[in-house]
Amino acid sequence: MATALTRKDFASDQEVRWCPGCGDYAILAAVQKAMPEFGIPPEKCVFISGIGCSSRFPYYMNTYGFHTIHGRAPAIASGLKISRPDLDVWVVTGDGDALSIGGNHLIHVLRRNVDLNILLFNNRIYGLTKGQYSPTSERGKITKSTPVGSIDFPFNPITVALGAHATFVARSIDVEQKHLGEMLKRAHAHRGASFLEILQNCNIFNDGAFNDLTDKAIKAEHQLVLEHGKPLIFGKNRDRGIRLNGLRPEVVTLGNGVTENDLLVHDETNLGLAFMLGNFEPPMPTPVGVFYCESRPAYDAEAAKQIEMVTAKQGKGDLNKLLRGGDTWTVN
Amino acid sequence: MQLVGTQFTSESALAGNDIATVPDFPAEIRAPAGTLAGVSSFQVNISSSEIFTAGDEPNVLVAMNPAALKANIGDLSPNAVIIADRESFTDANLKRAGYTSNPLTDHSLDKFQVFEVDVTKLTTLALQGTGLSNRQVVRCRNMFVLGLISWLYQRPIESTVSWLESRFKKTPEVLDANIRALKAGYNYGETTELFASGYKVPPAKIAPGVYRNITGNSATAIGFTVAAQKAGRPLFLGSYPITPASDILHELSGYKNYNVYTFQAEDEIAGVCSAIGAAFGGAIAITTTSGPGVNLKAEAIGLAVKVELPLVITDVQRAGPSTGMPTKPEQADLLMALFGRHGEAPLPIIAASTPADCFECAYEAVRIAVKYMTPVILLTDGALANGAEPWLLPDLSKLPPIKVEFATNPDGFMPYARDEETLSRPWAVPGTPGLMHRVGGLTGEHLTGNVSYSPSNHEMMIRLRARKIAGIAREMKPLEIFGDQEGGDIVVLGWGSTFGPIREAVKQTRAAGKKVSHIHLRYLNPLPKDLGEKLRRFKKAMVAEMNLGQLLKLVRADYLIDAIGCNKVQGRPFKVSELVSRISRALED
Repeated sequence: MATALTRKDFASDQEVRWCPGCGDYAILAAVQKAMPEFGIPPEKCVFISGIGCSSRFPYYMNTYGFHTIHGRAPAIASGLKISRPDLDVWVVTGDGDALSIGGNHLIHVLRRNVDLNILLFNNRIYGLTKGQYSPTSERGKITKSTPVGSIDFPFNPITVALGAHATFVARSIDVEQKHLGEMLKRAHAHRGASFLEILQNCNIFNDGAFNDLTDKAIKAEHQLVLEHGKPLIFGKNRDRGIRLNGLRPEVVTLGNGVTENDLLVHDETNLGLAFMLGNFEPPMPTPVGVFYCESRPAYDAEAAKQIEMVTAKQGKGDLNKLLRGGDTWTVN
Repeated sequence: MQLVGTQFTSESALAGNDIATVPDFPAEIRAPAGTLAGVSSFQVNISSSEIFTAGDEPNVLVAMNPAALKANIGDLSPNAVIIADRESFTDANLKRAGYTSNPLTDHSLDKFQVFEVDVTKLTTLALQGTGLSNRQVVRCRNMFVLGLISWLYQRPIESTVSWLESRFKKTPEVLDANIRALKAGYNYGETTELFASGYKVPPAKIAPGVYRNITGNSATAIGFTVAAQKAGRPLFLGSYPITPASDILHELSGYKNYNVYTFQAEDEIAGVCSAIGAAFGGAIAITTTSGPGVNLKAEAIGLAVKVELPLVITDVQRAGPSTGMPTKPEQADLLMALFGRHGEAPLPIIAASTPADCFECAYEAVRIAVKYMTPVILLTDGALANGAEPWLLPDLSKLPPIKVEFATNPDGFMPYARDEETLSRPWAVPGTPGLMHRVGGLTGEHLTGNVSYSPSNHEMMIRLRARKIAGIAREMKPLEIFGDQEGGDIVVLGWGSTFGPIREAVKQTRAAGKKVSHIHLRYLNPLPKDLGEKLRRFKKAMVAEMNLGQLLKLVRADYLIDAIGCNKVQGRPFKVSELVSRISRALED
């Protein structure tokens, strides 16, 4: 029997070249730690990326890898997975790559539900091109290309994915290694397109963008960890929760007659709830975890099934028959 | 009308004639009926001898309304037969077509033989008692006309009957009506003595073997399927619908039992990108499109050039720029195919010259892509795509082999090590133990493929890839000269769908005693090694192409030959007569 895989089996010999302190290091570490647990040998794994800081990711994985062109990784990964369903295919992308230049491919790969694991590193800035605002940057952001503030309204990756009818939508944070590891596992276990947004700090061009969620002193007041079947509670003392007031969510403090029974219970299979949570913006807490998970046939499996079905019905293709399609005649 | 044309072509092919067709239809699905813009036509040339074009001047025109007459009358031969649906020449239709008086009665058609037939009325009479609505009856008019011209040319209608049977299997009343209309048209020709006599076109003397009628798009689809089967790999098509290429997607979608995956992508870019992903995984990967799509795919094609993965991009050329005339042919994408990428990104280019030749060219494109680990552009055009000709079915055992040998040995494996002869790199597909590696758009180091910013390495890689592509010329057979082998007064050089008109024009001018020859290119990049030398054998060289002189530029640049251009960009093939007069003029200059 082969020896168990370790994280070393998934680390390539290439020097990692992100800026020191970049959140991408933490994500790489989490992925390299999670991969051996899936029990899939490195040669069966493929990492495909587009362009941007995050897209250097495949070079650092000792798997098959393809660093492609800006925004197109989902399309390239789709072609690979459809023709090679035996492979474990991952897409690594960023907020600019996936939501700006590659927005079209992202929504279509999600609605088709191709069995891919899509990791979107969201740092809300363009890093590789040195600091322009991205489609997830907040309005008013001062960057090199918006000296008096961005007037673009940002995309919310979670609701974009839900709007595209993705079958698995989750969010985690670069430094939350345990939570990130769990989300990677969930994403990998899901059959179909798994969409995982990872909030990632760019310490050069957008440092501290997620401080509220990562600063140990205050993060508990801002993070809302979603767990299926459990009430939506947060806060350092776990004394605050989300309650529905009519159709509107509100933050309540437990006590004074408010009990856990009054709180919303998370249900991953409820698309409406997922949308509601996906739209949480400060001062509401920021949800992390699985927003939505549904079982729907994966595109690649369906494509394979059609080929099997037609072959079973018509028999394996015979080239001589193919040539003679339509009427033929013989000249002597 | 397209349907009548296609069926008449099939009947003629079955009768053993040589055939060539030019379907011509508006881009709009239901263009306003009765207007000039809405005319849908189908030109077919049938012959008892070998022919190369659909003909310059039709001898018979079937005009279902005044607009159809007006749009085509300028092309007719003197004394041509015009069969007109009399009832459709109403005041409103005449006005719509821009006629101020009725040509059927104002003697403007006196130099033609005009036959007025009440097609609608006769069809309605034939279908009395079938219980079909007026609308359904009117739809059978085309079968009446097909019956009529089938009689005129003594075509057997059995094949059309069986075609109707398979088409309307589920609606017996519609089937019955169509057959009735077809037979009524045929019998009408026979019994009314409307025409003094029918025409007899005996079978053509063509090479023995089994034939079928084929369009360029069908031949392309079959060529790819056969190539993938010969390679023993699945075929993956990533494509986005576009005129006039979509039929390749449609046809391949029906070949699932040949291990064919068709992926209708969200856009042109995803079409080519999905194919690149499939190529990375070891499939025979192709994408099909037209000029506007190639524009959009350019960046991804550059990626395939750089990472060196096999891929075939089919460009069914249409009249541009921009949306242009989507259903009309042109050959103005040659320089885009050659140079339409940033950086030094050479790739092989192959052009098909006839509808049936699309089969061989598609097959050859796959063979080269796999052998040299490179994207290949296959150029066809709207005229080839929808035009049809008899196809002598190939002996599959005689096709050149397509060998796919994936790398498997991890000892000293290098993803960018190269074959000494072809300079191609190994195809190492995911799933192979010990060969894990990364490829990408960034410049890679020689052998390892690891990201490298070394200036000398960058130049070396560019030169290696350029040499790899240039080296493909090694395996090309000597160019054929049709005409004077040792040289003569003029050689006409062509590529792609101009083959038919050029060959016919050269034959005619040779028959008139002139020293005219023809060279036709299949490989546009690299160009055959003997091209320059062979062109120099002639006093003059003329390049005939449906653009403003793209191959002409290459010939002048590559060989310093002062070639003459013969150019047409009207969204229509050359007429033989146009070429004949251009050749004569060039000989006199």
